[in-house]
Amino acid sequence: MTVPFSTGSTGPWSAAGMIAAIVLASTTGEVLTAAAMKSIGDLDEIRAHSGMKGAIRAVVTCPLFFAGVGFLALAFFALLFALNHLNLSLVAPASASLTLVTNAVAGKFFLHENVDGRRWTAAVLVCVGVYLLAH
Amino acid sequence: MAHSKLTARQYSILGLVALCAPLGDTCLSRGMTQVPAISLSHPASLITAVFTPWIAAGIALLIGFFASYLTALSWADLTFVLPATAFGNVIVALLSKFWLHEPISLERWAGIVLITVGVGFVAHGPSLTERPAASPESAGGSEALHEMEEERVR
Repeated sequence: MTVPFSTGSTGPWSAAGMIAAIVLASTTGEVLTAAAMKSIGDLDEIRAHSGMKGAIRAVVTCPLFFAGVGFLALAFFALLFALNHLNLSLVAPASASLTLVTNAVAGKFFLHENVDGRRWTAAVLVCVGVYLLAH
Repeated sequence: MAHSKLTARQYSILGLVALCAPLGDTCLSRGMTQVPAISLSHPASLITAVFTPWIAAGIALLIGFFASYLTALSWADLTFVLPATAFGNVIVALLSKFWLHEPISLERWAGIVLITVGVGFVAHGPSLTERPAASPESAGGSEALHEMEEERVR
């Protein structure tokens, strides 16, 4: 019998903890980064008027951006650590699909995005799709 | 404020977001399986792992992903951009089928269909549903936008 999502020598609780750490850090980082980019405005427009330097300056002078990058870096090292102990076929789909759902919730409550039926349906479809693709 | 029409350039940026992320993850996975097991008591070995070729290539691809991702977030919602990121899994699966001739099971085809339908659902809706007014002191981007306004007035 083949086990679809083998955690190898790592226990299921340790695996869940590693994946939860990735999801939590990643969601926080993505929400902070999205909030930063929304406060900055359309980068294409800024670049068209102020050039690439103006666009880079707009991004690097936003404190929210650095907070977001800090959490994304944390998520990255959590991912590296998890990949060292678990298979990519478990870590990538599990963290990607869970992050989609947690981001939809965070987008609604923290970024005040209009997460309507269409977007909830899409989040669930993509979440199940990512699971099946890695099965 | 809602924008539903994306330009060809904006679609290409979403394409880069979708492609760079899974390719970068694959490089990282290959690199991390080649280094010895890393324990929590020696976290510094994670830093040395960053300089191995596969992990460096993965990081380069992920930097490309991040630049496109930031650009996309500046004109689209997070809940619009993220499903586009997941579409990268479909691209990788199709590449493995038609380029590497790897078999794809029925379940994987079902996954591909679900992700494609999910991304299609979001793509047909508005890309931006809410943009709170930026406070003048909140971000450097506001200064750039002020400069743009002044240029227009002149």
